[in-house]
Amino acid sequence: MVKAEHNTPTAGDITAANPHMRARGVNVYYGGKQAIFSVSVDIGRNEVLAMIGPSGCGKSTFLRCLNRMNDTIPNCRMDGEVTLDGDDIYGGKLDVVELRARVGMVFQKPNPFPKSIYDNVAYGPRLHGLVQGRAQTDEIVQKSLHRTGLWAEVKDDLGKAATGLSGGQQQRLCIARAIAVSPEVILMDEPCSSLDPIATARIEELIDELRRHYAIVIVTHSMQQAARVSQRTAYFHLGRLIEVGPTPEIFTRPQHELTENYLTGRFG
Amino acid sequence: MNDASQTVSVVRAGLHKRRAAERRFRLAGAAAVAVAALFIAFLFTVIVKNGLPGLWQTRILLTVELPAAEFQGRGEAALKGANYRKMVRQSLLGLFPDATTRGERRAAAKLLSEGAPYQVRRAVLADPDLAGGALTLWLPAASSVDIFHKSGAGGGKLSDWQKQKVAQLQAAGRLRTVFHRGFFLNNDSRSPELAGIRGALAGTFYTLLVTLMLSFPVGVAAACYLEEFAPRNRWTDLAEISINNLAAVPSVVFGLLGLAVFINFFGLPRSVPLVGGLVLSLMTLPTIIIAARAALRSVPLSIRQAALGMGASKMQTLFHHVLPLSLPGILTGTIIGMAQALGESAPLLMTGMVAFLVNTPGGVLDPATVLPVQVFLWADSPERGFVEKTSAAILVLIGFLVAMNLLAVIIRAKFQKRW
Amino acid sequence: MPTVLLFAAVLAPVALGYFFGRRWALGAGGRRVPGHFGIFVGLCALLPGLAVLALWLALEERVVTAMAAAALPAGLAGLPAERLALVMNQVANIAAGTVAAQSEAMAAAAAHYRALGGYAQLLMPLAVAAAAAAGFMAGRRMLRADFAARSAVERIVLALFMVCSCAAILTTVGIVLSVLFETLRFFEKVSPAEFLFGLEWSPQTAIRQDQVGASGSFGAVPVFAGTLLITVIAMAVAAPLGLLSAVYLAEYAPRRVRAVAKPLLELLAGIPTVVYGFFAALTVAPLVRDGGAWLGLTAASESALAAGLVMGVMIIPFVSSLSDDVISAVPAALRDGSLGLGATRSETIRRVVLPAALPGIAGSLLLAVSRAIGETMIVVMAAGLAARLTANPLDAVTTVTVQIVTLLTGDQEFDSAKTLAAFALGLLLFLVTLIMNLIALFIVRRYRENYE
Repeated sequence: MVKAEHNTPTAGDITAANPHMRARGVNVYYGGKQAIFSVSVDIGRNEVLAMIGPSGCGKSTFLRCLNRMNDTIPNCRMDGEVTLDGDDIYGGKLDVVELRARVGMVFQKPNPFPKSIYDNVAYGPRLHGLVQGRAQTDEIVQKSLHRTGLWAEVKDDLGKAATGLSGGQQQRLCIARAIAVSPEVILMDEPCSSLDPIATARIEELIDELRRHYAIVIVTHSMQQAARVSQRTAYFHLGRLIEVGPTPEIFTRPQHELTENYLTGRFG
Repeated sequence: MNDASQTVSVVRAGLHKRRAAERRFRLAGAAAVAVAALFIAFLFTVIVKNGLPGLWQTRILLTVELPAAEFQGRGEAALKGANYRKMVRQSLLGLFPDATTRGERRAAAKLLSEGAPYQVRRAVLADPDLAGGALTLWLPAASSVDIFHKSGAGGGKLSDWQKQKVAQLQAAGRLRTVFHRGFFLNNDSRSPELAGIRGALAGTFYTLLVTLMLSFPVGVAAACYLEEFAPRNRWTDLAEISINNLAAVPSVVFGLLGLAVFINFFGLPRSVPLVGGLVLSLMTLPTIIIAARAALRSVPLSIRQAALGMGASKMQTLFHHVLPLSLPGILTGTIIGMAQALGESAPLLMTGMVAFLVNTPGGVLDPATVLPVQVFLWADSPERGFVEKTSAAILVLIGFLVAMNLLAVIIRAKFQKRW
Repeated sequence: MPTVLLFAAVLAPVALGYFFGRRWALGAGGRRVPGHFGIFVGLCALLPGLAVLALWLALEERVVTAMAAAALPAGLAGLPAERLALVMNQVANIAAGTVAAQSEAMAAAAAHYRALGGYAQLLMPLAVAAAAAAGFMAGRRMLRADFAARSAVERIVLALFMVCSCAAILTTVGIVLSVLFETLRFFEKVSPAEFLFGLEWSPQTAIRQDQVGASGSFGAVPVFAGTLLITVIAMAVAAPLGLLSAVYLAEYAPRRVRAVAKPLLELLAGIPTVVYGFFAALTVAPLVRDGGAWLGLTAASESALAAGLVMGVMIIPFVSSLSDDVISAVPAALRDGSLGLGATRSETIRRVVLPAALPGIAGSLLLAVSRAIGETMIVVMAAGLAARLTANPLDAVTTVTVQIVTLLTGDQEFDSAKTLAAFALGLLLFLVTLIMNLIALFIVRRYRENYE
């Protein structure tokens, strides 16, 4: 059974029309245990790719491969190829610092730094030397907060501690912090899992809005969310990419039996 | 898109510098650890290099003439009162016929330890038949000869003439270096070659005995009360703060307490292990309480509930289940506390355990000193020979500490359960 | 062997009580646990025995001295209290054989004193045994058919626990009271203003009352300055080394390096301070002196630098171990957030982790400072005795702890300003370290609550 599955190729079309990132044959191991089995998929420009699947299926692990966040986990090893604009991100050519500046990340739980709102947003630009002087910093902070719709809510409290914001505001702040660096791709790891429905709706609107400027990969455990925000959807099961395709097609005409079972709620 | 390409170029431009900063920072961290490690290596090298020779002693082979004329009179009194010093001196000078001037004769006599005549006396008292004959034995050399012989160089206190005589003895096979059992079997002495740590070891034993017998039961009882029975109120908060604070109060302050309360107020004698042990047990108490509370806390609630559910009282639950299960943790904490007490000296200086004592203490009310204070006393002595004795005593002290900590580690590894 | 006798006096009635209680319960039948009755009677015997023993040990010396003083010949007995104390001190010394008697009367008094001490030694086990026996009898009388032995035992044990839990509070109160009283007596002789702000410290009072400077001078500022100088040097070593080590061990070190390096650093805290003192005096001080000479500077042979350097190394683990805990407690999410934006590790540590851990690190530094101020043996062995107002680390300075120890070791007279000054310094030392410890404990506790 396992063996048969191992040889099952991904159903649907793994390619995108205008690919920004490409993963080919990615395997990930934690110590001796393999967590991801030969995953290949494209991430297109200006599209939202949703990754769904039961918990523990490896979607977050795969997401973290895309900006090498797995490097920070001891014992974690990967092979296969991931390219950004044709450059291998695991090859020597692309520095991990540059990679992460170009491929930003938003985490499951909002993780603002224990600093002021302003300093949170300015953190990345200052780090990379993207801004000189107060005026430029002000501009980039304002622009980022505008884009995430936070500006109106916090413009008078920029000096206050970011940890005092509500959960939804904190998560939008984290998104603002990520886009302040002007990345090309944004990875989101279940960004709404700790938020209430209203805050979730705001984030979803924001994602749709951000798609005009960035390629976005979002991991979600909610099929409805995937259906609402994404153009393409990838279904993971036990470390394998079972099926990829345009979101409407996946949800209406899944090709693979496992996908169908998941979508119809037979397991999850 | 424009923004993004700008990001790439700016990030790339700064990469080199940032990577260098990263390497420097990492290196600084590793260097800090390395400095600490080097210091430890340096410290131990110095102590071992100085201390190991202290466990060896240079002896001189001498045939001591015991002419009957020296033992005038009858029985024990004559044997005890004879002038062994003179006999040893005469026999020694017999080895150096060329020592003619008064100065040379005095210099020759100084090659042997002050303690040599006593050793001869002991031998004669043990075997009275020797009186009137001669006795051949290895006698301890003077400290300066000892140092000169063992280190090969230095020996600043020896004159050239004396060095020449030492070389003569060596050539005649009358000089040898043996393991110095006396270091462990002798009491303190003003002469480095005779000084030993027996008294200090006995004093340490009695002092730690008092410490253990007081701090262990009281500490465990206090931990049990605070962890298992105490209501959360001001009083227990105060107890908690006192315990945490006492763990960080300077040790001299405990010395002041011991002096003012135990000696001045209660009139307990100075210099005795009882008072030293009392002071040390007050210092060890916080360590034991904190460790015992942590050990008690680590026993899962389910075990308590199981026992209580069977109708055991709280006290029975504690004594039958919780205490036995947390015993390894409590013992580990106690051993670590005792190791701290073993290394402590400042408060003992103030309760008078610094006296120069030539007797081995036989109980908790005899004047005594302890090993670290002995180290302090010897370190303060001007004689060059005490440097190696001090280092050797430190080696013994550290040996005990290592053994105790190893024991704690073993107990923790073997018996402590992870819940 | 009075010690053995004492043990027997305490333990024999306890054992007897235990077996008696058991036998009684077994004989009385019914649903009883014999052990409870045994323990009850045993405790009844143990507690009075121990109480009498402790009281005896605490009071023996005073009673014997008072009795011996009462028996002194008329000429000596009529002395004022202070002189009488001196005489009795001498009597005790003669009796102990450390001094020779100066007069017939003194020798007789000493003999009497020694005899009284001998009686006391003999009487003590008897008194202890009597108390234990009385307790045993009282416990026996309580054994009735409806007696709840278990709950009685538990109440006694709980009361004992409670008493023991007060030991720490009692110790603290004992420290404060003993130091405070002597300090107040010191301030009767020397004004607090002179002590706290005076610039001259030479407590060596003259031998004869009429000599110049017989009162000594007790301006403690140079002593404080010396303490401060050595503490600053020690922290200049310990703070950077300790923090960098903590950062390296928590963030960079491979597991194997960490497994070796962490115990190694903690070893520094386990080495007895006499060893550091010996090392500082024997090796580091000459190195500093020679190094200074090589640079053309004159360094004292007991320079503040040598003591401070060695003390700094000793304090490294106090900084590193707590800081390591604190840094490890910073949530991984914050690190990920920073790394995910493209920060390097060191940038993440400096800009996110360390600021987040700052309160805890401040607490650990504060505890380390308190440790440095109170450290005694290193400075006693490697720093000087003369109080000097200087900021030059190559000079010899003295510290509060050195002064306390030197003022109180050796021959001391009660009530002299010199002896009492040590207690005044001790009070100050206790207060300063107490405040630092409390602040540090408070900060660290608040910090832990934040992240747990």
